[in-house]
Amino acid sequence: MNGNPVIEAKHLDLTFQTNDGPVQALRDVNLQIHKGDFVSFIGPSGCGKTTFLRCIAALETPTGGKLTVNGMSPDEARRARAYGYVFQAAGLYPWRTIAGNIKLPLEIMGFPKSEQDARVEKVLDLVELSGFGKKFPWQLSGGMQQRASIARALAFDADILLMDEPFGALDEIVRDHLNEEVLKLWARTGKTIGFVTHSIPEAVYLSTKIVVMSPRPGRITDVIESPLPKERPLDIRDSPEFLEIAHRVRDGLRAGHAYD
Amino acid sequence: MTRVIFPVLVVVAAIMAFWYAACIPMNIKFALQTAERQGAVISPEGVQARRDMSAFVLAARNPGQWAQTWEQAKPRLPAPHQIVQELWKTTVDVKPTSKRSLVFHGWVTLSATLAGFAIGSVGGILLAVGIVHSRAMDMSVMPWAIASQTIPILAIAPMIIVVLASFGVQGLMPKAIISAYLSFFPVVVGMVKGLRSPSAMDMDLVRTWSATRAQTFWKLRLPASVPYLFASLKIGVAASLVGTIVGELPAGGGQGLGFRLLAGSYYGQTVQIWAALLATAVLAAGLVALIGVLERGTLKRMGLSR
Repeated sequence: MNGNPVIEAKHLDLTFQTNDGPVQALRDVNLQIHKGDFVSFIGPSGCGKTTFLRCIAALETPTGGKLTVNGMSPDEARRARAYGYVFQAAGLYPWRTIAGNIKLPLEIMGFPKSEQDARVEKVLDLVELSGFGKKFPWQLSGGMQQRASIARALAFDADILLMDEPFGALDEIVRDHLNEEVLKLWARTGKTIGFVTHSIPEAVYLSTKIVVMSPRPGRITDVIESPLPKERPLDIRDSPEFLEIAHRVRDGLRAGHAYD
Repeated sequence: MTRVIFPVLVVVAAIMAFWYAACIPMNIKFALQTAERQGAVISPEGVQARRDMSAFVLAARNPGQWAQTWEQAKPRLPAPHQIVQELWKTTVDVKPTSKRSLVFHGWVTLSATLAGFAIGSVGGILLAVGIVHSRAMDMSVMPWAIASQTIPILAIAPMIIVVLASFGVQGLMPKAIISAYLSFFPVVVGMVKGLRSPSAMDMDLVRTWSATRAQTFWKLRLPASVPYLFASLKIGVAASLVGTIVGELPAGGGQGLGFRLLAGSYYGQTVQIWAALLATAVLAAGLVALIGVLERGTLKRMGLSR
């Protein structure tokens, strides 16, 4: 791998203090993500995959270990606009048009007005929503709304895109389509992508690196470097290589999770 | 449209029928007394005989006198057409500047209501902003706001007027303050809820952009609260009107719809009371409808209504 990792976690711990006593959400998480990687985090609920992503985004503060993003602390990285974050729900403001929603982070970050429109056009084109800028969110389908929220995360040119189960609420047909779109987007922009999912085919189809996690306490049980080529048509999912990786992911999930 | 109009007409007709019917037992005793004095044959004869009898029985035994129950000058319950006549007389037949004009009294009440509503709404919004942004304010102000509404306004209104009069504040202001006292509360409650309506995810999202508190307020919290604000304003404006009228009872100075209600009850002018009541209701409905129009326009412009 080339150069310094973009995201590096060393012995990362996170314990939540709850009314039922401390809950260990992450234990001894070690991971390196390099520039241009597409990393999926997969595991059952409660395995800490979302929590880890939130740590990278400085939405949670680890209680132990070290986490750097672009060589900085997550907090500094956020102020340096290191990443865009996509949540499970599109979270578009109903009182703003699609273009207005995408402009929102630009307004908050203080981009000049003249530049805002150009950037909106550019990212709308990236997610193939050109011409929808003047529509209101309710006029778009769920899949289109989620694409708009990805465009919003891309608008300020962060190098890292963090996605927390972005397609979890969509049906499988839309999901397949958006998976293809995300791969195209990734190829065109060269972003580093962190992607949380609970779908094995989604993780294997998208990723260059699959991080398998298990719960109680949340920890990494396996890291799989995908041998699949960068160019991935949808029917690659029927190839023996694909099925082999999927099998290894399933094994990793089973090993880390006692179904008692 | 006809499918809507028909049920509405049926309800109005039912209310009118009930009202006219209710006038009969309410006013029958005085109607019989008057008719007997004028020589009509009433069953049973004599005021003494009828004194302890049920009004319903008397009405049933003297159907010939029903019409009289709808035409008295000072009935216990005036009939609808009497109220309409009184309304016509006191709005169209007299100059709007006359002290006998309901337009004049309505304007006095309306101006104090609008002033109180403005004070109450702005104050309510400011309080809500403080409560949402400061935990200390949330803990310290909210209980007092709730406590303030548990005190009967009728009890506190004269005190406010007396205290303010001792500082030389008279006229519109004391009424406006009582009106604001009633209208700020729904605005506080609605706005606090509205400003807190963005989800945890919405708040996380603006955090990932390192938005300041002020940016979060202007770009997320405030626009998200607008539908809640209008719902509160509708309740607030109706409460404002009630507050003003209560304020006019002890401090009317001979003006306002509240004073008309009071004067009517002093002199047994029930028709005047009901006319003032109806004028109040029309005023309240107009104010609520006005806010409804503003609401529809604003939400449409914001893209919040489809």
